[in-house]
Amino acid sequence: MTEETIPRRRFLLGAGIAGTAVATGLNQTEPAAAQAPAAAAPAAPQPEPLLALNETEHAFVVAAVDTLIPADELSPSGSDCGVATYIDRQLASAWGGGAKSYRAGPFRKGKPEQGYQLALTPVEFMKAGIAAANEWSRKTYGRDFDRLAADKRVEALKAIEAGKAEFANFSARAFFGRLHAMTMEGFFSDPIYGGNRNKASWRMLGFPGLPATYAHLIDEYRDKRYVAEPRSIEDFS
Amino acid sequence: MTITLKETDAVVVGVGWTGSILARELTKAGLNVVGLERGAKRMPRENFTIPSVRDDLKYAVRQELFQDTQLETVTVRHSPGETALPIRRLGSFLPGTDLGGAGAHWNGMTWRWLPSDHKLRSHVTERYGKSAIPDEMTIEDFPVSYDELEPFYDKFEKLCGVSGKAGNLRGTKIDGGNVFEGPRQNEYPNPPLVRSMAGEIMDKAARSLGYHPFPAPSSNASETYTNPEGLTLGACEYCGHCERFGCEANAKASPNVCILPALLADQRFELRDYAQVKELVYDKAARKVRAVRYVDTRTGEEYEQPAGIVVLGAYVFNNVLLMLTAGIGEPYDYRTGKGAVGKNYCYQVSGNGIGVFFADKEINPFMAAGAHGVLIDDFNGDNFDHSGLGFIGGAWIQAGPTNGRPILTRPVPPGTPRWGREWKQATAKWYNHAFGIGASGCNYAHRENFLDLDPTYRDALGRPLIRMSYNFRDNDYKLAQYLGGVLERLARAMNPTIMGKPNVKRGDYNVVPYQSTHNTGGTMSGTDPKTSAVNRYLQAWDADNLFVMGASVFPQNTSYNPTGVVGALAYWSAHAITTQYLKSPGPLVHA
Amino acid sequence: MVTRLKEVDAVTVGLGWTGAIMARELTKAGLNVVSLERGPDRIPGEDFILPSVRDELRYAGRLELMWDNSLDTLTFRNFPVEEALPIRRIGAFLPGEGVGGSGIHWGALHWRFLPSDFRIRSTLTERYGANAIPADMTIADWPLSFDEIEPFYDRFDKICGVSGKAGNVRGQKIEGGNIFEGPRSNEYPNAPIKSSNAGLMFGTAAKSLGYHPFPAPVAIASAAYTNAENVPLGACEYCGFCNRVACETNAKASPNSTLLPTLRLEPKFQLRTRCFVTKLNYDKAAKKVVSVTYTDMRNGEEYEQPAGIVLLTSYVFSNVQHLLLAGIGEPYDHATGKGVVGKNYAYQFEAGAAAFFEDKELNPFWGSAGTAVCIDDFNGENFDHGGLGFFGGGYFTCNTASAPPIAGRSVPHGTPQWGSEWKRATVKWYHHAARFNTQGSVYANRDNFMDLDPTYKDAFGRPLLRLTYNGPENEHKMSRYLLDKLEGIIKAMAPTHYEMHPRPKTFTVVPYQSTHNTGGTMMGSDPKTSVVNRYLQAWDAHNLFVEGASVFPQQHGYNPTGTVGALAYWSAQAITTQYLKSPGPLVHA
Repeated sequence: MTEETIPRRRFLLGAGIAGTAVATGLNQTEPAAAQAPAAAAPAAPQPEPLLALNETEHAFVVAAVDTLIPADELSPSGSDCGVATYIDRQLASAWGGGAKSYRAGPFRKGKPEQGYQLALTPVEFMKAGIAAANEWSRKTYGRDFDRLAADKRVEALKAIEAGKAEFANFSARAFFGRLHAMTMEGFFSDPIYGGNRNKASWRMLGFPGLPATYAHLIDEYRDKRYVAEPRSIEDFS
Repeated sequence: MTITLKETDAVVVGVGWTGSILARELTKAGLNVVGLERGAKRMPRENFTIPSVRDDLKYAVRQELFQDTQLETVTVRHSPGETALPIRRLGSFLPGTDLGGAGAHWNGMTWRWLPSDHKLRSHVTERYGKSAIPDEMTIEDFPVSYDELEPFYDKFEKLCGVSGKAGNLRGTKIDGGNVFEGPRQNEYPNPPLVRSMAGEIMDKAARSLGYHPFPAPSSNASETYTNPEGLTLGACEYCGHCERFGCEANAKASPNVCILPALLADQRFELRDYAQVKELVYDKAARKVRAVRYVDTRTGEEYEQPAGIVVLGAYVFNNVLLMLTAGIGEPYDYRTGKGAVGKNYCYQVSGNGIGVFFADKEINPFMAAGAHGVLIDDFNGDNFDHSGLGFIGGAWIQAGPTNGRPILTRPVPPGTPRWGREWKQATAKWYNHAFGIGASGCNYAHRENFLDLDPTYRDALGRPLIRMSYNFRDNDYKLAQYLGGVLERLARAMNPTIMGKPNVKRGDYNVVPYQSTHNTGGTMSGTDPKTSAVNRYLQAWDADNLFVMGASVFPQNTSYNPTGVVGALAYWSAHAITTQYLKSPGPLVHA
Repeated sequence: MVTRLKEVDAVTVGLGWTGAIMARELTKAGLNVVSLERGPDRIPGEDFILPSVRDELRYAGRLELMWDNSLDTLTFRNFPVEEALPIRRIGAFLPGEGVGGSGIHWGALHWRFLPSDFRIRSTLTERYGANAIPADMTIADWPLSFDEIEPFYDRFDKICGVSGKAGNVRGQKIEGGNIFEGPRSNEYPNAPIKSSNAGLMFGTAAKSLGYHPFPAPVAIASAAYTNAENVPLGACEYCGFCNRVACETNAKASPNSTLLPTLRLEPKFQLRTRCFVTKLNYDKAAKKVVSVTYTDMRNGEEYEQPAGIVLLTSYVFSNVQHLLLAGIGEPYDHATGKGVVGKNYAYQFEAGAAAFFEDKELNPFWGSAGTAVCIDDFNGENFDHGGLGFFGGGYFTCNTASAPPIAGRSVPHGTPQWGSEWKRATVKWYHHAARFNTQGSVYANRDNFMDLDPTYKDAFGRPLLRLTYNGPENEHKMSRYLLDKLEGIIKAMAPTHYEMHPRPKTFTVVPYQSTHNTGGTMMGSDPKTSVVNRYLQAWDAHNLFVEGASVFPQQHGYNPTGTVGALAYWSAQAITTQYLKSPGPLVHA
């Protein structure tokens, strides 16, 4: 087995290692891009158990969300904000399994305007897409996506986003669309779903979250910044 | 094995807005009414509470309260020559389900048609000549005038406690209201909602251009309010979680708040939830729907419910499906133009907008109600001269975010990347300093926009899915282009730090991005049984005891959100049933 | 729009045990082979590692490695007069899906049929008379003998690293092994898995009654083992999860752990996952399957893959469905009894018991099927059926009950299912329960068969397969007899409490029973009464070979996989040494 095919064993890496360390892999020869300290960084979390993704898939997702949402003075990286956890849990949920989606045949290739027509559920789609993405990455760069240096990851994601990356039997553009959408959900949704750790994104925006009762404030704060410690559903449960 | 039940006076198929209104009016007239609702008996107190009601992912993104396409959906093609494919995941429109239907989680924009909308073909012909309406644009006059419907508009608005400012009170135009509206007999039941920052900016800009801005007519109650049913609505919290969410304050008018508590307490009404209606039992010779067949989805048992009167309140697609599968009326054939069931399907020309960014203003988009902006009607209907423009119809134009929920609402200036450091910088920078101006264009009927039965795909009950043949047409694109110019003018007049480019409807109809749940047509109302499915009282021409509710009776769609008209027409039809039909059952209109 | 691909030498429809065996043997013979698998890839080092592999809910409860019924299922009825309805979620049987098929998560009990099983009709006639076999019992002799297939049983043993104790090596009976088995050429590749306490207690009791207990033979390596393909397999961890779960140490043999490692490196082999084969394209005049059509679920495209040889390795149900849809062979008509495709469906008639030993520690959470102890004294023709009123039999097995805990907790019958009393009983008996099984045969019956459903379709628009099955009276009688004998042994174990669990009168698809579905494409020597010949070659399409338990004429008292693997090797040998040299029918009837 080559280095590229050695599976990632997070539990062997030990506790307390943040997502960025996982993303750089075990035998990285190129240095990871220096990252500015994250604003309001939460304590580096313990690796969490995975529900739907395997280690390789999880490593891909961590690398991808950290590229889509890099750490900077505005927020920690995507994975440090729990976005990879969010994605794993959503894929394991009923939605990930295809609930509330018409799956009767016949399955025909339609026009883009006719929407999604594949037989794959969201979790099946993501897994097939990650496999296709890594295969393309190996062909193009010689290694899996999560083993690429930060600048190459940006380059790779741009190519996938534009549909320029040729995935075998899979639509790169559609895959990016789904990955991007789930990343945004994971960054901005209520933390009860595993993402938006410590309400980092809400804090970043100035979105107050709950209880969202403004009747007595809307006049007073017209054209005035409303500053409040964001609160989530859990804070009210 | 179907179990036949004892006959009841009336059955209402679907208990949303129209089902609730009809059931209430008929029980008040002394009838025993059974309401068949395929979904669950969902009531605000249990289902819409803090904190869970503020779950953006669950309600707005995962569409928790909407129809399950696994059980039933619609197939779509652009033109009759193509193969229609199923909408596997909801996107462009989000049909509701469960008790109260979409009325439990709509935004609350509550309108009346313009007087000219009621007489569209006549009005346009009179003003611009016959050639102004292309042959393939199959618009028609509505067989009820604005003046006839006015008391019923008023009734529905009072039911909902609509917040707004009249612009035409018994003929007198009032500045600050919509001066283009038809004359109202009464002021709105509630004063307008408190204006947002975006609304204020819009108001100033519109006035500076000589337009006539007014507050959105809103079924989000601005104050606590007791309606004529004796039911009380709370005051809007401006929580910014309106569309797609239930309202924990009972401020958003819904059947669940405005009618159902009274209806459910009435002995003459029986609600059957988990009752999925399969088909109507139609006696063609007798011109009557004898019974409604349904499945109790909790047990799998099939029932046949005989009824004296049958009301279809099952939303556009199921209204059409039930008529087509029962063989009531003649199915529309686009080749010959004959038949009326499925004809004149229309939608909305929405998604026209422009973004504006203000470095020095705090917009606070998260303090918002569902129907909250400031609007102008100067470019709606025939409120402006269309001579030489090459299209007819128009759009209301609104500024005022309904939410600042960050999963989906994060405006950034044009050219901003969609991810990475620059994306994050721009998102954080502009989140509280931007909003969009939007225009909702009318959609006039076209001979090749219609509904029929799909030959290939079926729903979970084995019935064919409704097939939608639909695309935007020349009139729609020309209107959208024109609106782009108006949007740009308004945006400029706001003097923003950054102004986006106007984004107007172009290209083929795409089922993926959300546009609007204003699907209309398919069982249009008219004066001629050969070219319409129901008469002016919404009574089916071919089945005297069948009354069809909802926007499926529209001959075309105006710019306005349909619910105000839908509610008024439901009361109008109920009035005809209780004052005419019950005394003398039979056709109410002799064509 | 279907894209036609370049022809390959061979295609396997499905990549489970038989698909992997055929692919490996054919690539070794120099052929280019494509395997089309509808499910996802499954790679032991990637997908099955600690800690996630120890998830009872995910694998045993939610059945992650098994058939996805949202796209495809089968319809079921007990009797031909009834209307069949879809099995909306599998229960009684749990076929796998994905690379490795059921082979990735099976219990791994590994057996050979008896010599008398292979000639069951002749044997019963010889022993009990010409009229002994009832008219509706449509059993048949196999068209090959135990001696012919023995070397291939041996081969498969050495691929899997089977652990057990031989009871008959080249005619020499060995105490402590199964003295009833047919003569093996070799001892098992690995020493037996250590027996559980319950198993040992059972063995002692059985011996005291004159029976012949032995450790259960399993395709789970008891020690690190390098198999005949030079692939290293790990040693069993006695983890207690085994059945329905994949093995992270590669001790439980699967196609993925034993054959795929070599196949993946083989340039002549190409694996296409998420590719759903919708039909075989049959040229009736030429008696050839010219290609298979499949949908790549990753992009929705349809492809036609032409192939010189087509291996139908898609499990019993799909094998039969494909033949019926393609019009290969005459469908079985229950009314007339004519036709062969779908005929002689059989199952396994399992019935068991539970026993509770309050003074014995049974350590429920470690073990596997291999820690069981068995007796074969009441299987097949190992005992005299004279005057009993039934034929057939099965082996008995005893193992510890109770783990893993969602499904495993045993309490005596009559215990409430919740509340304080329930909780106390659960705790009291958790370490002290044993369970027993009788793995009864099911002899073919004219009323048990498969055909195409007239109403329901799968997501690709194809009619679902319809299964008509109920346990015949013969099997109910047999089971009562077996349980009676089992009860005798249990009593001799002196439990605190025990209870027998006979099967209800009518077969139901809901609780799990066994995934030993067999029949539908039975092998035989006469094309009028069988679908494939002794080499598993279809009579009506000479380039089509049908693998798996669908070729069984009836089901005997043993788990089928050992025989399934042996037959695959036997069939592969016929292809590589005969068919490739001279393509055409290998048997002239």
